[in-house]
Amino acid sequence: MPIAEELAKKQKQISVAEFFEKNKQILGFDSLNRALITCVKEAVDNALDACEEAGVLPDILVKIEEVDKDEYKITVEDNGPGIIKSQIPHVFGRLLYGSRFHSLKQSRGQQGIGISAAVLYSQLTTGKAAIITSKIGEGFPAHKVELIIDTKTNYPRIIKEEMIHWEKKSGTRIELFVRGKYVKNRKQSVYEYLRGTAIVNPHAHMVFIEPDGNEIVFERVTEEMPSQPREIKPHPYGIELGTLLKMLKETKAKKVSSFLATEFSSVSPSKARDVVRRAGIDENKRPHEVTLEEAKAILEAFKGIKLMAPPTDCLSPIGEVLIKRGLRKETMQLSPEFISTDTRQPKVFAGTPFMVETGIVYGGNLPKEERVEILRFANRVPLLYQEGGCVITEAIKNMDWRRYGLEQKGGKGIPYGPAIILVHVASVNIPFTSESKEAIASVEEIEKEIRLSLQQCARRLKTHLSKKVKKEKAKNKFLLISKILPEIARKCAEILNKPVPPIDNVITQIMNIVWIDDEVVKKDGAVESRIRVMNYKDKKQKFVLYAEIPDRKFVQAIEPEPLEVRDRIIKWEVEVEPAEKKEYVFRMDGKEVDFDENNLYVLGIDPVNVVGAEKWEGEK
Amino acid sequence: MSTLDDLRKIAEKIYSDLEKGKVPSITLASRTKSNIVFDDRYRVWKYGEQKTTRSAVSLPGAYMLLRTIYVMDFIRKMIEEGKTSTLRELYYISEGWGEAKFNAQDESDKLAEDLEIITGRMREDFKLRPEEDGARVIGDIVIEERTRKGEKRRIHCQDDVGDAGYSIPYNVEKDKLNFVEVNADKIIAVETGGMFDRLVENRFDEKSNSILVHLKGQPARSTRRFIKRMNEELNLPVIVFTDGDPWSYRIYASVAYGAIKTAHISEYLATPSAQFLGVTPSDILNYDLPSDDLNKEDVAALQSELSDPRFNDEFWLEEIKLQLEIKKKAEQQALAKYGLDYVTDVYLPEKMAEMGYEV
Ligand SMILES: Nc1ncnc2c1ncn2[C@@H]1O[C@H](COP(=O)(O)OP(=O)(O)OP(=O)(O)O)[C@@H](O)[C@H]1O
Ligand SMILES: [Mg+2]
Repeated sequence: MPIAEELAKKQKQISVAEFFEKNKQILGFDSLNRALITCVKEAVDNALDACEEAGVLPDILVKIEEVDKDEYKITVEDNGPGIIKSQIPHVFGRLLYGSRFHSLKQSRGQQGIGISAAVLYSQLTTGKAAIITSKIGEGFPAHKVELIIDTKTNYPRIIKEEMIHWEKKSGTRIELFVRGKYVKNRKQSVYEYLRGTAIVNPHAHMVFIEPDGNEIVFERVTEEMPSQPREIKPHPYGIELGTLLKMLKETKAKKVSSFLATEFSSVSPSKARDVVRRAGIDENKRPHEVTLEEAKAILEAFKGIKLMAPPTDCLSPIGEVLIKRGLRKETMQLSPEFISTDTRQPKVFAGTPFMVETGIVYGGNLPKEERVEILRFANRVPLLYQEGGCVITEAIKNMDWRRYGLEQKGGKGIPYGPAIILVHVASVNIPFTSESKEAIASVEEIEKEIRLSLQQCARRLKTHLSKKVKKEKAKNKFLLISKILPEIARKCAEILNKPVPPIDNVITQIMNIVWIDDEVVKKDGAVESRIRVMNYKDKKQKFVLYAEIPDRKFVQAIEPEPLEVRDRIIKWEVEVEPAEKKEYVFRMDGKEVDFDENNLYVLGIDPVNVVGAEKWEGEK
Repeated sequence: MSTLDDLRKIAEKIYSDLEKGKVPSITLASRTKSNIVFDDRYRVWKYGEQKTTRSAVSLPGAYMLLRTIYVMDFIRKMIEEGKTSTLRELYYISEGWGEAKFNAQDESDKLAEDLEIITGRMREDFKLRPEEDGARVIGDIVIEERTRKGEKRRIHCQDDVGDAGYSIPYNVEKDKLNFVEVNADKIIAVETGGMFDRLVENRFDEKSNSILVHLKGQPARSTRRFIKRMNEELNLPVIVFTDGDPWSYRIYASVAYGAIKTAHISEYLATPSAQFLGVTPSDILNYDLPSDDLNKEDVAALQSELSDPRFNDEFWLEEIKLQLEIKKKAEQQALAKYGLDYVTDVYLPEKMAEMGYEV
């Protein structure tokens, strides 16, 4: 008798309730606060998965009501494809029942535990049934099912079932009664989970109603659906014995060699024959008849041959621009001065494609003296617990942030400063440290990608900060010559009863530079960049000024007539007399571009004589 | 030349710089620790030769010049109107000065000190005074003080004052205060209020024919100046009586040699002939005084005093080394171990006799 069936027998002997009790922590139900978050999270993650699979922009409602002391009713409703009636009891009433269990595809759900664990928790703590309403499309009735899990048989039992009319085209609503605790203003809270979700799901619209009736709306920032992640076959490098045995059992292939060539990615028929030969198995052997020893030999043989990496186009990144928009929207009330984001190319660990995206938010009203806030995400799901045991935290700790303008004791550990660091890891199979899916295991390849990506964002932060310091200096000088010096002259003259002396000469001496000042203003859906050039030298200055633009197709107006406009650059010839001031302006369509800081360069003038622009080094 | 003329010169310098098209600047003695030198002739600490320039090339320099001009103007008005103000009032008044306004009181305090350095005059000449109330004096001396109403009043510092004594005003210069008559033959400066009150209650001023001055911890400028003037003008020796710990030795040093913060006016404030009476580390042993263990900071302070030229003589080196050895410190009031009169009946007479005084 196969081991699994033997185990299954034993499993029936311990009740599900007991199993649940023992694994509370692993499943994410170990405290009242966390249990509430986990229930919401399981339902919302599923809702987002379902909408994406169906290709509809998610419209999600999350409502939490207090029914009694420490008892809450959670309602999560989506506009996804719905669930057919016969499946409802299985999806919500059976542990380890899911559509993604054996699929290699980037999705939030991975294990088929999530929502039934929440249903079980609800039932064990309040004794109340879960209520599921679902409709699969226009013209179909909606089914409303009340169910509980029979903890003796580990099988769903339907308490009540009815057909109802539901306005919605399609979708699913789940209502759960749970023992829990609702907390606010804490990293680990329903609100923070939804805020994080909003950042990495810019295509989602979510409404959240808190127990006190307060309604929070997370607006959608893009109408674009994320690209559909493709399902891929497993790659030999990442396969485990158990999975291989299962695949051998379930395959329709007639021969081991064709099994290997068709059920794995990156294995050609000739490579497949090579593997079988190395494993010492007859290539015509039926897969069902492969023994445990032979399966082990296949795994061994996989290691000995060179294979191409798995295809990586199966991943669906959020993208630099959308992460930035999501971050900007959700940090608006902090008015940060700088946001930078980065998306890396897909990479592979143990035959599993993955990719990393990061972002840094800096300044504004973020607390200056505290540890930076870390926002961790896996397949677009915020990770709220076990920060210390996660590869994301590890990667952040191992970087020397002092180089990039944050404080860090001894160049190690979580940095301090007014910043938020975001890391998103997307993969067809996220290597979580446990079933509660809260921390990503320490995988060298993943850590490296996180580091490289964060370095990219951090370098841009550094550039921004040094530009800011320079600007600050220039601003000080400007204050000096425009306010303080004239006031010194005036007051001195007043005391001495003499005429106010002229100060132009002194100003030129103090400044002795060409001063370039710029601002980016957004109004009426347009972005306007104004660049002012002031000559504080005692001679006329002539040089070329370069302004970086996102793309020439967005640029609507340029004044004065430029020397040249290229894809990413506008070039002006500048001529300014001593004490003269000139202005250069360009306007862009604000709906399409993401432009909040000018990058200015000069050519034909010694850069030490210029404040506010760098030396032009040629186009990159 | 008057104080006003001295201040005016600063404005004239700035004005003429501007007229010539030069970036205006003022030069003054650098106020860093490295520029503090011991003046062997006066035996006081003074600023050395290093100079620093405050120039309008930089924003802080320009602010300093602008504020200097405003402060000058403010002082001019006070002198004309016969008023004075506290340093704190100066800070608040600057609220109305637009760009010249101070952001914090230490900025305005520092500027007042800068002005002293530039003009070689004292803060009192600028009609600026600290908030700290004056220390107290009891003894057989008659002082003539000019009151607010402008009249001169004579005060006998035993007969005309209560037990709290005569309060030293912030300005103790000749235009404000003079000594008319003195019968006491020495000055005893006492660190703590508790001990001062003990000596007063035990009538030690009469018994020992001394003028008792309460130092109130680190003594204020006016207290030090007051002691210095009595020492110079009345030829009275000065004895300093403090707790037996490194911080108290520094109180003695600031009376005798000057403090680092006020090094530009050390020769006005310091009394190099002042002698230290105790409590010494030897006293702790000889009188078997109740004591506390030295803490880390105490030890560090003692060690730094070992390399401090102000303590570079046989007496201090021996005592400091002894204290580091016994690792103990004692308060003045520890003498109460032997009764309330012990300090005036036994300790002080014995110690003063050792120093060559008769009691
Ligand atoms: N709101 C929903 N709309 C449509 N289908 C759903 C919805 N919720 C759950 N499902 C289906 O039910 C299955 C089981 O969900 P469950 O949360 O238990 O597992 P999972 O999401 O696959 O994995 P995980 O345990 O990692 O969450 C899903 O795989 C999905 O097919
Ligand atoms: Mg799920």
